[in-house]
Amino acid sequence: MEMALDILSWLLIACGALLGMVGGIGLIRLPDFYCRLHAAGVTDTGGATLFLTGLMLQSGLSLITFKLLAILFFLLVTSPTATHALASAALSDGPEPLLDGSRAKRRGGGSSRN
Amino acid sequence: MKHAGSLFFVLTGIWLVWSGHFNPLLIGFGLASVLLVLVIVGRMGIADHEGAPIEVLPRALTYAPWLLLEIAKANIDVVRVVLSPKMPISPSLFECDSTQKSDLGRTMYANSITLTPGTVTVEVREGRFKVHALTNAAADGVKSGEMDRRVTGVEGQA
Repeated sequence: MEMALDILSWLLIACGALLGMVGGIGLIRLPDFYCRLHAAGVTDTGGATLFLTGLMLQSGLSLITFKLLAILFFLLVTSPTATHALASAALSDGPEPLLDGSRAKRRGGGSSRN
Repeated sequence: MKHAGSLFFVLTGIWLVWSGHFNPLLIGFGLASVLLVLVIVGRMGIADHEGAPIEVLPRALTYAPWLLLEIAKANIDVVRVVLSPKMPISPSLFECDSTQKSDLGRTMYANSITLTPGTVTVEVREGRFKVHALTNAAADGVKSGEMDRRVTGVEGQA
């Protein structure tokens, strides 16, 4: 029983770490600021949730579990607020969002230069 | 009064979990702190349906599992897009309706949209949100309006 719990917990932690990494990869690969926000969202939601759930299984039923649950709750409430603040500030006084139409245009422009 | 009472229970619970000491002295300190906070909050007049939204709690508890499932699905979608060699993104910026009546409801809806990877609420106006979506599928998810309906249901007649 303890063994199964341990395996499940490490599986969750590993998946969480993987999602954190995918968020990082997306942050590098995606083309502009607004798209990168979505990659950061993966780290914020999926990565954090899986990681903290894995830690909760490690800690058993104790006060630490409730603290981890509280961390998860506050993370899930505050991270979209921060993301929204960033996005809204960027839209009002930052880079223009790269949209599907403009991306095609830019691609065309790039190929004509080559 | 209902809100002050719920605030009392939440703050006391937080004190107990955070401290982890259950001797009379520290619980007494906790109660004193909680009462002080309640007095300050009462004088500021923010112990209302927005500062301690206890009415939405039961409905929010049924909304949370659905939202978590949506977040999980959206996570898989975004991970697939990020890791695929071609990276099939089609970023778009569009407006969607929000039928919530209160600031609390609009906050919940905007945060729910942002929380699901692939969509970010960029601008919030009364009844109208500007949303940035990474893919067409993510955009269609918001445009379908199901989340909007559910959040409005959670909000109730606050």
